[in-house]
Amino acid sequence: MEETQPKTPMVAISGVNKYFGDLHALRDIDLTVDESEVVVLIGPSGSGKSTLCRTINRLETTDSGSITVNGRPLPEEGRALAELRADVGMVFQHFNLFAHLTVLENVTLGPIKVRRQSKAKAEERARALLDRVGLSDKASSYPAQLSGGQQQRVAIARGLAMDPKLMMFDEPTSALDPEMINEVLDVMQDLAREGMTMVVVTHEMGFARRAANRVVFMADGQIVETATPADFFDNPQTERAQDFLSKVMTH
Amino acid sequence: MFDNFDLMVAALWDGLFTTIWVTLASFAIALVIGAILAVMHVSPAPPARWAANAYTQTFRNVPLLAVLFILFFGFPKIGISAENWVWALVGLGTYTGAFVGETLRSGINSIPLGQAEAARSIGLTFGQSLSSVILPQAFRSVIAPIGTLLTALVKNSALVLAIGVPELSAQAQRLINDNRDRFDLWAVIIGVLISYLIVNLIISYFVRLAEKRAVFVR
Ligand SMILES: Nc1ncnc2c1ncn2[C@@H]1O[C@H](COP(=O)(O)OP(=O)(O)O)[C@@H](O)[C@H]1O
Ligand SMILES: [Mg+2]
Repeated sequence: MEETQPKTPMVAISGVNKYFGDLHALRDIDLTVDESEVVVLIGPSGSGKSTLCRTINRLETTDSGSITVNGRPLPEEGRALAELRADVGMVFQHFNLFAHLTVLENVTLGPIKVRRQSKAKAEERARALLDRVGLSDKASSYPAQLSGGQQQRVAIARGLAMDPKLMMFDEPTSALDPEMINEVLDVMQDLAREGMTMVVVTHEMGFARRAANRVVFMADGQIVETATPADFFDNPQTERAQDFLSKVMTH
Repeated sequence: MFDNFDLMVAALWDGLFTTIWVTLASFAIALVIGAILAVMHVSPAPPARWAANAYTQTFRNVPLLAVLFILFFGFPKIGISAENWVWALVGLGTYTGAFVGETLRSGINSIPLGQAEAARSIGLTFGQSLSSVILPQAFRSVIAPIGTLLTALVKNSALVLAIGVPELSAQAQRLINDNRDRFDLWAVIIGVLISYLIVNLIISYFVRLAEKRAVFVR
């Protein structure tokens, strides 16, 4: 829709291929994510969704193709790569909170070490973020003392503390007990509403429908279909997508 | 007899004091060397890993006494001389450092990969990830085996008598060899054993304390 006035996309992936040994995990991936856009990646297990996410902050290297974030090609390694990663928040399926640090320290570590903020300033911001995800009373707890849903909300606050340009979520609710899923999805939906650029891998179709600007359906390392949520869920074009949806939608 | 007993206690006390500071100082050296080796072991640069491996294999497969002799007799021959106690600290520290390095490496390997990925994903560099996230957790997970190394170091420190450092065992040897036969052999032996025992019991007490404090992690 913005063909006449091209803006720098937040993420531009073109012609990306990735192999794990003989396994062709990503096949000729082309994908752009615009600023403030929420893109939901859907697809069967093993289709390459996590791998694709992880190539965007180079936790996974690629074998060919190019990726730019906010117009900048991904640095190979070193300090430049660390700087790029600081701008790209990542929320993992298993939270990965720093086990030896309190909740508050988890959220302030990046701002203090990477952004060189003062401890006082970082803590003030961290408390505000914890308040926002509903965990202001847990600042001095350790991760092991929190429920899964609480840990995941801390992980989101940890990502936000870096003021990222983009947040990626890799199945953020898949490791949660059912009654905790919504507390995390609610935080994510608020973020989406406020204009955060997001790439979300999820099996929560309700969330995809409500929050996504675009649904990207992957299978066997390929992007098979890209559509608005309404089009995708109500009128999937490909057989793979129809097949997948028939499996996940009938509970 | 009583005078002799006092003399003996004074000599053993002297030796114990030397044993303790030699142990603590060389342990500090060993911790630094061990941390450096552990970082080299997990470094992405192959030469760093090779060097760490070479170091570790060398010290693991050579007797401590040989290390001390090489330092004490060999180094002066190539123009590097130092006091006995310096060689004692260097020998004990470099030797124990190899074991600390291996222990820390196993501690690092026990930390879930997700910790390092989360550290990298918020923009920490390789060094920052290690120093702020991985090593603190690795240290906590190996408190008990590191304590075992410290206990072994207390015992190994007896070997520096061979290069003339007057630690506890050296003092005992001196008392036993006293040519005027003034000291009761059994009093000396029991005094030495009790001294080592007490030192190591104190160490295990603190190790258990430290372990308890670190247990909330995970
Ligand atoms: N580190 C790895 N080494 C080897 N194979 C991997 C690795 N990571 C993922 N894979 C494989 O790549 C494929 C895509 O995995 P993944 O991106 O995790 O899929 P998804 O997230 O869609 O479930 C799978 O077949 C998986 O087994
Ligand atoms: Mg996955």
